[in-house]
Amino acid sequence: MAWTWFHRLGSPPYIYGLAARLTPWFAWLSAALLIGGLYGGLVLAPPDYQQGDDFRIMYVHVPTAWMSLMVYTTMAVAAAVGLIWRIKISHAVAASCAPIGASFTFVALVTGSLWGYRMWGTYWEWDPRLTSELILLFLYLGYMGLRSAMDDMQRADRASAVLAVVGVVNVPIIHYSVLWWNSLHQGPSVMQLAKPTMPPSMLIPLLVMLLGFTTLFAALLLVRLRAEILNRERTASWIREAVTQ
Amino acid sequence: MNTSVLEASSTGTSALEAARLMLARDIRLALRKRGQLVQPLAFFAIVTTLFPLGISPELSRLRDVAPGVLWVAALLSSLLALEFLFRDDAQDGTLEQHVLSGQSLTWLLFAKTVAHWLLTGLPLAVMAPLAALSLGVPAAALSGIVVSVAIGSVALSLIGSIGAALTLGVKRSGALLSLLTLPLSMPVLIFGARATDLAIKGAGFAPPLYLLGALAVLGITLAPLAAAAAVRISLE
Repeated sequence: MAWTWFHRLGSPPYIYGLAARLTPWFAWLSAALLIGGLYGGLVLAPPDYQQGDDFRIMYVHVPTAWMSLMVYTTMAVAAAVGLIWRIKISHAVAASCAPIGASFTFVALVTGSLWGYRMWGTYWEWDPRLTSELILLFLYLGYMGLRSAMDDMQRADRASAVLAVVGVVNVPIIHYSVLWWNSLHQGPSVMQLAKPTMPPSMLIPLLVMLLGFTTLFAALLLVRLRAEILNRERTASWIREAVTQ
Repeated sequence: MNTSVLEASSTGTSALEAARLMLARDIRLALRKRGQLVQPLAFFAIVTTLFPLGISPELSRLRDVAPGVLWVAALLSSLLALEFLFRDDAQDGTLEQHVLSGQSLTWLLFAKTVAHWLLTGLPLAVMAPLAALSLGVPAAALSGIVVSVAIGSVALSLIGSIGAALTLGVKRSGALLSLLTLPLSMPVLIFGARATDLAIKGAGFAPPLYLLGALAVLGITLAPLAAAAAVRISLE
């Protein structure tokens, strides 16, 4: 009896309704956090003593870069769950994650490049972090490419799940190999984000932005998940009731 | 021509014996089509020729880019060679028979990948010194290059086997295969090029070689499992 809630999580109609109910909560929470975080980061936080106002792009760059990895991990976990226990809804979650994660990765790359232009004077520097982000973008593109190359949904689900799991094993290897590759060629990066000395007035908006982007991901994921469920269950009878409601 | 592997299922042959039969079968079949085996090698030679034409004929400048040129060419030609790994067997249904044979598919695919490495990776390692010499690499560095390409191509074959298995059912899979395989191969490129670079400079190149070896061992451990899962999915 205690497990009925767990079994319901595998049922598309239940998840479809749940996602519909939860989406506004996450969306509004995310909007409030992002507005608050941006105000804190762009207005309240003091200018950096070295970078002036340039560092403020960090309030978008760091959360999106963080999300790009988190979304990939979420995708791989969902894919693995779908692969192991054959839960259809997990595959739908994994499929919904990929475009969102790729977008976050792209935004992180663009903001990193803009920041790099102000710091290094060039739009692209083979900085280890930027390079791993770029490879991560390729991993997302490969995942989406494999999905779109297969007509049969179940095969696409399971094949892309294998790829996501292989990818997640490789992400740390790629990250550290790029880190070592770069440290062999040139000195450490100019950017040091993990400064433990960041004052609270700078750090708190960053944490608020991190939460804001995480809830934004949740809201986007729920919307995409509903679209994905509609697409997958389009022949099911409950869809007509759900849509005409 | 593949009866030996198929019979192995009914006679209760061990997984290792089945893998050995598979290895022998794949090598025998490949040696009947020698022209196909030469293609990736010719591709490797052509790509390394393109760089001096594109950059500069000065050996001193070529020597600086030689590690990158050699490894990018090796990566691309191993990608090209992946076509031969499963394609023929998938087309004539042999691969399905292997899945149904009752033998461990993981071992069978591992044997296939080993055969593939013996037929494409190892010749690449033997040929790499020739290409290296043409790029102005000193003769003392050649042994290091052979060893690093030999170890690195093990990892490349194994990573590639996953991508090739995933794209089995996809028509015109070349571009997709490279999109899947190349990002995963980048660590191999980094450590391989680093080992080659150190060998050219006459320094000790053991550390990146160990890392390359670690990648190869990780690939041997995990890649056949993933490839077997992927083949099962592709043939469903």
